[in-house]
Amino acid sequence: MQERQALGGKLLTVPFKVCAAIVLIGLFFIGKRFIFGIGSVSNMNDGYPWGIWIAYDVVVGTALACAGYSIALIVYVFNKGEYSPLVRPALMTSMFGYTLAGISVIFDIGRYWQAYNIFLPWLSNLHSVMFEVALCIGTYILVLWMEFGPVLLDKFKADQLKARLNRIIFVFIALGILLPTMHQSSLGTMMLMAGHKLSPLWWSGFLPLLFLITAVVIGYAAVIFESLVAAIAFKRPMEMHLLSKISALMPWLLGLYLVIRLEDVNLRGYLPLAFDGGLLGNLFLLENLLLLAALLILVYPANRQSPRLLFIASCAMLLGGSMYRFNTYIVGFDPGTGWQYFPSVPELFITFGIIAAEVMAYLWFVKTLPVLPRLKKA
Amino acid sequence: MKIRRRDFLKGVAASGLLLAAEQTPAQAKRARKDLPPNAVGILYDSTLCIGCRVCEHGCKEANNMPMEHTNPKERMWDDPQDLSAKTLNIVKRYGVAGKKDSVEGFAFIKRHCMHCIDPACVSACPVSALVKNPENGVVTYNKKACIGCRYCQVACPYNIPKFQWDSPFPEITKCQLCSHLLAKGGISACCAVCPTGASLFGPVEKLRLEAKRRLAMEPGVYYDFPVANIESTEVQKHRAGGYVKHVYGERELGGSQVLYLAGVPFANLGLPDLPEDSYVALADGIQYAIYKGMVYPLVVLGGLIYIIRNREEKKE
Repeated sequence: MQERQALGGKLLTVPFKVCAAIVLIGLFFIGKRFIFGIGSVSNMNDGYPWGIWIAYDVVVGTALACAGYSIALIVYVFNKGEYSPLVRPALMTSMFGYTLAGISVIFDIGRYWQAYNIFLPWLSNLHSVMFEVALCIGTYILVLWMEFGPVLLDKFKADQLKARLNRIIFVFIALGILLPTMHQSSLGTMMLMAGHKLSPLWWSGFLPLLFLITAVVIGYAAVIFESLVAAIAFKRPMEMHLLSKISALMPWLLGLYLVIRLEDVNLRGYLPLAFDGGLLGNLFLLENLLLLAALLILVYPANRQSPRLLFIASCAMLLGGSMYRFNTYIVGFDPGTGWQYFPSVPELFITFGIIAAEVMAYLWFVKTLPVLPRLKKA
Repeated sequence: MKIRRRDFLKGVAASGLLLAAEQTPAQAKRARKDLPPNAVGILYDSTLCIGCRVCEHGCKEANNMPMEHTNPKERMWDDPQDLSAKTLNIVKRYGVAGKKDSVEGFAFIKRHCMHCIDPACVSACPVSALVKNPENGVVTYNKKACIGCRYCQVACPYNIPKFQWDSPFPEITKCQLCSHLLAKGGISACCAVCPTGASLFGPVEKLRLEAKRRLAMEPGVYYDFPVANIESTEVQKHRAGGYVKHVYGERELGGSQVLYLAGVPFANLGLPDLPEDSYVALADGIQYAIYKGMVYPLVVLGGLIYIIRNREEKKE
């Protein structure tokens, strides 16, 4: 087991306080939503029943939180133990990302006080993709906390409990790989049902596969991004030897994705739509060009050694992959009856609040819990 | 041990490819669904509709729906512009002047739930709040089950389910074919009050035959048209309209229990051109191909547990 350390240091820094202020504003609007209804804070409507709370907080947010999934895949399934220093920070971002996505679902769904109906077997609809996604994400949040459990138990010196958890943790690790594979692809299957309401540039029988690949791509990109930013922010050495090795995988994944994505649109005969100069066509091009740019950077081994290029490539992957998911749920969706949607300010602030809460939790945990690898004293 | 793991991984990769291959839409579709045995529905004939909106009033009265005031200055009348959480049934007009039922002129269309044979909302709903009655095929809503996720709204190809955005305790609203009246042996309120027979209630099989009969009529000649309920004896004499030769709802997305006849192309009336296979059949098919009824996930989970446990043990 690698040694890990809590970073220590002052918690109430300026960024922490700014985040706290944003969280308070978000909480105010959440309060308003519970008293006056969703319409009082959101621009969602009967044509666009899902807005940024679903498209960003859940669909993009859980992909960003696939860091833990992607790293677990490589460490546990492909048996590359050398990456295990990346496991804890990755797991932690996943834990926060999924937990907050779960929380934002509670204020997004209209009849939240009946949310437990999902777990009542006599109401479950096994044909519903939503049922599978809800159940999977719910279980996965629990699994993530169990996987992260040893870190918390370390802190509280609960050795006996930790030993007991460690004995069965392989079950949670296995579930932690299976569940995201299921629900991340199902997030794509979900929009199959939108049918003619979703632009043919995004609607495809390959939605489940493309969503799964973007989850993994975004997951690795998040690991690289998080590791580089943490190194700069906390003045720690960069984990370049690991990051450049991981990024060697990316050209393969991105290549596979782009071939399926473009060939699918092409075979269905909709590629001309991409070049008609309209908003949808341009977004389609942008989304794929970003991923192509990342591929072109990372395909050269020398580039993978440069922190700057690695950072640029990870940003391109995060943006390109997130745009694909966001466009599938919002921009490419058109109910066709003159409805329009652009998020309102309160609605945006609730999402900003969620992001700020995530940053705060991250800062708090890395400073007080043994998450990041211990530095060797030179 | 090592070889076994490699074999397992190969198996996983192979099944991954298999899944990818199975995801081509043409193969993954599941079979179409049949009309329920005692399916009832509505045949709306746009050429008979005079746009009087009595059906809107009848619907609101029968379902206790509130008035809707789109124009804030005019609070005397109910004036919905489209279906909403307050309006389950609406008559809309395409075009403003000129000859009725001509592309250059104007025409009416009545919108409400189509009661699809393979309803997307029912398949989408995670908690069975929307169900299709296995006998008469009516799609009904149960607020006690609903969690308000609004996937039904995303899934419905006709944008029918509406949500109470302004309520802290919102519900989904949609036409339920007056199932409370059907239970007492009655018919849907909109058909009961329709003065011209433009909205005709009845068993779907009979409505389909009636639609075919009308398509075969000679335009301009007087024929008998049943009123309110196709099984009643009440008829009115009308000149046959010049129909577009298509029964909308007979095949669209696997068919629906509400059928439309019109004198202008349906696309002009806000009814999109749709394929005959439902998106539900496709999504279900793909979901089944991937999961094979949860068998695949359990196999994968078993494999994962096996290799991870081995590895952890080796470490100690």
